[in-house]
Amino acid sequence: MAAFGGCLLVLIGVAVVVALWAVFRYNNLVSLKNQVANAWKQIDVQLKRRHDLIPNLIASVKGEMQFEQDTLEKVIQARNSAVAARGVADSAEKENQLTQTLSRLFALAENYPTLKANENVRGLMEELTSTENKIGFARQFYNDLATRFNTAQQIFPDNLIAQAFKFQTVELFEITAPAEREVPAVDLNIRPK
Amino acid sequence: MTPLNLYDQQRRNLRRTTMLLVGFIGFLAFLGIGADVFLYWSGASPGIPVATIGALCLGGFSAWWSLKGGDKAILESTHATPIDLSDPKQRALDNVVEEMAIASGMPKPAIYVVPDPDPNAFATGTGPERSSLAVTRGLLDSLNREELQGVVSHEMSHVKNYDVRVMTVVAALVGSVLLISDWGRRGLWWGGGRRDDRENRGGSGPMMLILFVLWVISLILAPLIAQLVAMAVSREREYLADASGAELTRNPLALASALEKIDAAAAPTASIKQGVAHLCIEDPRGRSVNQSEGAFANLFATHPPIAKRIALLKEMAYQTLSK
Repeated sequence: MAAFGGCLLVLIGVAVVVALWAVFRYNNLVSLKNQVANAWKQIDVQLKRRHDLIPNLIASVKGEMQFEQDTLEKVIQARNSAVAARGVADSAEKENQLTQTLSRLFALAENYPTLKANENVRGLMEELTSTENKIGFARQFYNDLATRFNTAQQIFPDNLIAQAFKFQTVELFEITAPAEREVPAVDLNIRPK
Repeated sequence: MTPLNLYDQQRRNLRRTTMLLVGFIGFLAFLGIGADVFLYWSGASPGIPVATIGALCLGGFSAWWSLKGGDKAILESTHATPIDLSDPKQRALDNVVEEMAIASGMPKPAIYVVPDPDPNAFATGTGPERSSLAVTRGLLDSLNREELQGVVSHEMSHVKNYDVRVMTVVAALVGSVLLISDWGRRGLWWGGGRRDDRENRGGSGPMMLILFVLWVISLILAPLIAQLVAMAVSREREYLADASGAELTRNPLALASALEKIDAAAAPTASIKQGVAHLCIEDPRGRSVNQSEGAFANLFATHPPIAKRIALLKEMAYQTLSK
């Protein structure tokens, strides 16, 4: 009888420890999930800021850069379609196009010394450069957190909790510019031709 | 790249702050007790251990005060002024700091500019919730945007892993040890003249004599010991801040080139006093000790040799490229 009672106590003890562990791991996952969501919002804040800055920049360089109407048009178009984009994948693609047209505009602006001397334009350029960087760093931070969240869901035995409560892994940002994605062609002759 | 665990480093720093506080206060108590024994021995004791109580109060007060207002005092001592956003260069600095705050997921620190032509920078505060970052005018003028980003990322790493808290507390405690040992030595000098007319009290056996000699020695060595501790604490974390800063910007070469420029401007940073030296990105005293290697140089430098730091950063960049 005493032995039975002892076993029962041990079982209850084990159950309590397991339950405590589960609660602890579950809370960890929830906290990571919220951090990831917050990091995602931070990217949005910066994207919004970029959308707001672009019309100002275009307005102040329009006069000087008459011969680059084509580039200016493209920036405006890219900006408008980025604003209108819905959904993560679509938005990511449009924002990347906007980044590319903007960097083209920045490169062209180098040819206009009067533009660079204009304090207003320089200020706007600095704000946009910084916003570009902030978008990049916000994505980097999001990726870091998302990786931690995904790893936390996949490692054993935490994955049992993640599955039981239907946590989903989140997607990471990837480089979408084709030139950056290109992998150097290395043929090691392992695969059959 | 060796994987760095920021969270381990944070925990270690918080634990280290406590250990340093306890160690320093113990040392202060030792200095105080020695003074009391000496007073008792020379027949001038008022009956209560005044020196011990005094030393402990001073130590406790300066530790408390360093956590409460040490950052403000340090900033004031360098004549730092809050950032002025109407100046385009300071505007860019503000943006760069915000970028790094986003990259590290920390609140943005308060930003100050030190009116000094020599390039240098430091961070102070008690951690991510309360931190200030100061750069000299010379730094803003001589670095480009990417290099500035590198320097800011280095300083933000000091904030994020609580280096600033350890360093601010150390700065205050070293100060109080200096003060007490100075008083003590003066008292010894002054009291020494009257030792002739003291009567031999019962407690002065050989054990007492040894303790007394030890106390005098540590009183003389106290300033040196205190500063050696401050320097040792500061050196190793420079490498770490370089590495975690590069992890934020993913651009180790920019920090390397910033360090090269800071190094090339060999003049000492006049507005930064000795007590703040260990907080800076590069030793503001412009001394040659930080450039050389070897055990002796290692003992006295607050910063590792800058050539070694640059080499390590370049190696990091190479490893990223060849991945």
